[in-house]
Amino acid sequence: MTDTRLPEKEPTPPQRSPMMDRVTGVGTSVARSLVLPTLAMLTALIIGAIIIAFSDIEILRLLFDDPGAAAGQMVSEVSRAYRALFRGSLGSVNSLSESLFAATPLLLAGLSVALGFRAGLFNIGAQGQMLMGGLAATYVGVYVSLPGIIHIPLTLLAGFAGGMIWGGLAGLLKARTGAHEVITTIMGNFIAVFFMQWVLTTGIQDPGRNNPVSAELVTSARLPRLFGVDYRVTIGLLLAIAFVFAVHWLLYQSSIGFEFRAVGSNPKAGSYAGMNVAIVVTLAMALAGGLAGMAGANQVMGLEPYKATPALAGAVGFDAITVALLGRSNPVGVLWAALLFGALAAGGREMQGAAQVPIDLVVVLQALIVIFVAAPGMIRAIYRVKGREEKPTQMTTGWGS
Amino acid sequence: MALVLEGITKRFPGVLANDDVSLSVAPGEVVALLGENGAGKSTLMNILYGLYSADEGTITIDGEEMTLGSSADAIAAGIGMVHQHFMLVPVFTVTENVVLGQEPTGFGGMIDRDIARETVMNISERYNLRVDPDALIENIPVGVQQRVEIIKVMNREAEFVIFDEPTAVLTPQEVEEFFGILEGLQADGKGIVFITHKLGEAIRVADRIVVMRGGKVVGEALPAETTQQDLANMMVGRSVDLTVPKESASPGDVVLEVRDLVVLDSRNVKAVDGVSFDVRAGEIVGIAGVQGNGQTELIEGITGLRPVMSGSVRMGETDITDAHPRDLHQLGVSHIPEDRQGSGLVLDFSVLENMILDSYYDRPFSRGVFMDWASTRETAQDLVKQYDVRTPGIDVPVSTLSGGNQQKVIVAREFAREVELVIAAQPTRGIDVGSIEYIHTQIVAKRDAGAAVLVVSSELDEVMALADRIIVLYHGRVAGEFAPDAEVTDIGLAMLGSAP
Repeated sequence: MTDTRLPEKEPTPPQRSPMMDRVTGVGTSVARSLVLPTLAMLTALIIGAIIIAFSDIEILRLLFDDPGAAAGQMVSEVSRAYRALFRGSLGSVNSLSESLFAATPLLLAGLSVALGFRAGLFNIGAQGQMLMGGLAATYVGVYVSLPGIIHIPLTLLAGFAGGMIWGGLAGLLKARTGAHEVITTIMGNFIAVFFMQWVLTTGIQDPGRNNPVSAELVTSARLPRLFGVDYRVTIGLLLAIAFVFAVHWLLYQSSIGFEFRAVGSNPKAGSYAGMNVAIVVTLAMALAGGLAGMAGANQVMGLEPYKATPALAGAVGFDAITVALLGRSNPVGVLWAALLFGALAAGGREMQGAAQVPIDLVVVLQALIVIFVAAPGMIRAIYRVKGREEKPTQMTTGWGS
Repeated sequence: MALVLEGITKRFPGVLANDDVSLSVAPGEVVALLGENGAGKSTLMNILYGLYSADEGTITIDGEEMTLGSSADAIAAGIGMVHQHFMLVPVFTVTENVVLGQEPTGFGGMIDRDIARETVMNISERYNLRVDPDALIENIPVGVQQRVEIIKVMNREAEFVIFDEPTAVLTPQEVEEFFGILEGLQADGKGIVFITHKLGEAIRVADRIVVMRGGKVVGEALPAETTQQDLANMMVGRSVDLTVPKESASPGDVVLEVRDLVVLDSRNVKAVDGVSFDVRAGEIVGIAGVQGNGQTELIEGITGLRPVMSGSVRMGETDITDAHPRDLHQLGVSHIPEDRQGSGLVLDFSVLENMILDSYYDRPFSRGVFMDWASTRETAQDLVKQYDVRTPGIDVPVSTLSGGNQQKVIVAREFAREVELVIAAQPTRGIDVGSIEYIHTQIVAKRDAGAAVLVVSSELDEVMALADRIIVLYHGRVAGEFAPDAEVTDIGLAMLGSAP
């Protein structure tokens, strides 16, 4: 009996410290955590290049007659497209402004979806919550008259409240009846669109229009531009970045976030530990809705013509899901993902204009990046990157959970 | 002629999982492979089944060296494995599951169900397995599902069968039947490796017992010449106490008073049907019974996790019927839930976060909504030390800990405060001997500190070792109350519903 120690437990691979990541917001090995996303982007660009090269019917015809010339044309085509993509996103101060401008609503809505994921909820309703938030902001922005310093926060708050009610409703339905939030939020999107179409033809309608467009927001409710009138990016960007920190704080430094994450990961353990799962679900959906509502408010307060339409959300509410996934539901990750998507959107417009490559290619690139980020095993296999096996990203628990 | 593993060594990064391990099984022999979690049993068996490749060492069958690169190779070599978690498709029939992957086909590649069915019937009769070939897997009990796994292995003409913790999921009756089946296989000349950490079972069924610890074979014993105590010492590497050392109880006032409690299960059937009992301060009341006789619902009813149909639960002067878990927490109730990973822990959370899972909402862990991570870390560090949780740190996900250490995290969390009532459900299920001993000591310590303790366990040995009073549940009713020195057979009869 010389050995008095118990056998050690099964081998555990060395772990990064997730707690420190959470507390500081920055991974202990930032560089390493950027390797895979960078390679994913590179791969997406390569595949995108192939698609550009083979999508011109003239070049394909030439391929049979004179392969050499065709190859040359392909290269010049691809480089023209990608140069335009770069120029439009980062190439000038205006491009940068456009990228940040496009990133602003994506960031707010992305945070909304990410917050939902952390609480185990799949918020597909950012789109509808944006509309409701935008609508509420429009009322305050059109009918109220106050000094800007009060009016802007009040209008934003209205946006938050509008989205919060819409998101909270889905949360309440889930908490009370078990109705799955995927279904209720999708339905909420439809209702929001048609509700907008109806409301915008009533009193708040732009006089002299007969389609659903609201009247103009008064000047004091408009978001000031950040770098002067020539550049479209507004202080909405700063607000969105402030919310990155706010959401991060909420999730990792507050007891509410502790409940969100516990219930999100294992609701049964949460309720055994005395958490009120119904309240957590409702509150999480309400806050997620509020964030999306702010994104909607940004769309009426931050861009010309400062009017609400049923199309004010564009596809932002859905792109937000992709942004949240790409950012792995980490607020800081969502920031980077929103900036990337903003840059792709701004660059894509330039690419379409200058290189005649359809902007849809940007959507393809976005999709490819997300696929490769979501499947780290594939990137590891292609580039033979060593590292520990990561669990595939599972954001929410199953149907009916 | 036999299956022989010789000098098997397997390294994982930073760990020597198997260190020069040798093991042999002859036809018609049952070898019990005994060891704690993490001793290297599973690694060894996964090598034998072709799932891992060994870094060193050889595997020979009848003197012929085998290269087992995959489980298909192992099956071809006549090695079969019955996993702890069955590999069955729940919505398929028994027959479909048995032939899955090697379906007998007839005209045009259609599955020939008659041949498949006959195969299953033949094997079932040969080993007296009594399985309905047309039953759906999801409709048959766990014990029968295990027999389907055995038919699967036999259908693949295995000569050597590995059973990985086969009794862990079985009721006592099913265990008996399983031992009968083992004898049949043995009589038919199959070589059997029986992985377990239950000492009694190893002694009962094995021809030879091989003990592993820390990746090495540390001893071999013949059942006739060894005792549970010897085996336990060998497994743990020091002398362990299989009985729980405790003074006799000195019960005080009634702390928990359960009266005529009725609780429904998830199918709305009365799972607890009019149960009444008291637990006094300074005593341990043990609830025994075959699993599924209302224990789960009883605990969930008492702890406010499942609505009570009728009856009452009182704690001292306070009515706690249908009280919220948070209220119970504040009243000084500790609850160790039976499903450690399902309801006791958030597996994605770190050890630190799990340590405060039910007390995060108040000082010193948070002020208002502000978490105080600094003070939380301090507490968690202390608890890890105090409760002997073996972990590389408090920031690693709790999922990377062994079962015993996960359970210690829960015990630390639940016991590290003023406690009046301890409710512990299956407190040591599936964990290693060292941790069991430790947790039992902690439970007795809480009793001696004046807490009322209610322990539920499907292991009768555990209830008898811990409890000062034993209540047997059968079909949701109290089928008898016993002193801890009562005859095991009497308690056993009560567990089966025949009152003594």
